[in-house]
Amino acid sequence: MARAAIQGRLGDRLRWRTAEVEDRRTESGTATTLVLSVPDWPGHLAGQHVDVRLTAEDGYSTQRSYSIASVPDGEHLELTVQRIEDGEVSPYLVDTLLVGGLVEIRGPVGGWFVWQPEQAEPVLLVAGGSGIVPLMSMIRTRSSIGSRVPFRLLYSVRDPADRLYADELRKGSPGLDMTYVYTRVTPDGWPRPAGRVEPDDLARHGWPPDFEPTCYVCGPTGFVEKAAAYLVLLGHSPDRVRTERFG
Amino acid sequence: MTVSAGYPFSGPTYRDGNALAGPLSEIFAVDVTAAVSRCAHCTRTGPLGGLHVYDRGPGRVARCPGCGEVMMRMVRGRGEVWLDMSGTAALAIPVDDR
Repeated sequence: MARAAIQGRLGDRLRWRTAEVEDRRTESGTATTLVLSVPDWPGHLAGQHVDVRLTAEDGYSTQRSYSIASVPDGEHLELTVQRIEDGEVSPYLVDTLLVGGLVEIRGPVGGWFVWQPEQAEPVLLVAGGSGIVPLMSMIRTRSSIGSRVPFRLLYSVRDPADRLYADELRKGSPGLDMTYVYTRVTPDGWPRPAGRVEPDDLARHGWPPDFEPTCYVCGPTGFVEKAAAYLVLLGHSPDRVRTERFG
Repeated sequence: MTVSAGYPFSGPTYRDGNALAGPLSEIFAVDVTAAVSRCAHCTRTGPLGGLHVYDRGPGRVARCPGCGEVMMRMVRGRGEVWLDMSGTAALAIPVDDR
């Protein structure tokens, strides 16, 4: 199904489709998941994103990219959107767009920052803030197909309230190891003091380079820049470190 | 995919070549972010998804992560897209042989 999504694009350019909001879930104080129903959705791969386009009555139009959080599932997909206070699109998606509302989407797009079920090597996921979103699609896809490929997740957030998908990650999945790195505030009794991700965190919670894992790093540009550089410093081949920067 | 406001990192303002996937889908019928591109300046090869994309301006500029030179420029005008690939020597595009 998912593989066909890419192949199906040969000879068929992407077009904008109208998606309807079927459900909304609050993920944190600033993030909401939109469950979209998209007729003729071709399916997607874990890690891909869509472009969302909003058009005002006067014709002004703007678009943004949002990672897909869900597993390929028929004509449904889920986007988790973090509100940016002075943002142009995210406050509308998080606060204004209600169930039954319509948005235009184009996708799925992106064939590089993806995890495919036929990959057998261990995987390290490194998320900064809402960078967890495409990585969650990988975790969910792995679970949904019963894959035994070992996954490790290092998830950096400012404080416990910023965690996305906390309940689902707490339940976990066999073969998925995860840890949080808190940068400002930790839960009581948390062994690691608050602070940014350091090479030691990646060495401790990642894979040894000679296991040749594929590393997926997603988050704000500065975070991704540092985490990817640390991974290469630790001995991982740059070819095995895939990044998605938010800019 | 959104900017995480207030995240305690600041840095350069580029994104990955992944960000070109949507805009390039207006032109190409295949996903080219998985294509291997060769820089015309330094001959470095790597996935187009790994280029450094500056897209805050009116156009999009993709630079080589190795030498920093411009490999691709894309500007959307009224009814047309300008795609300048003079900084890209070659693209190797994965296709389905079946």
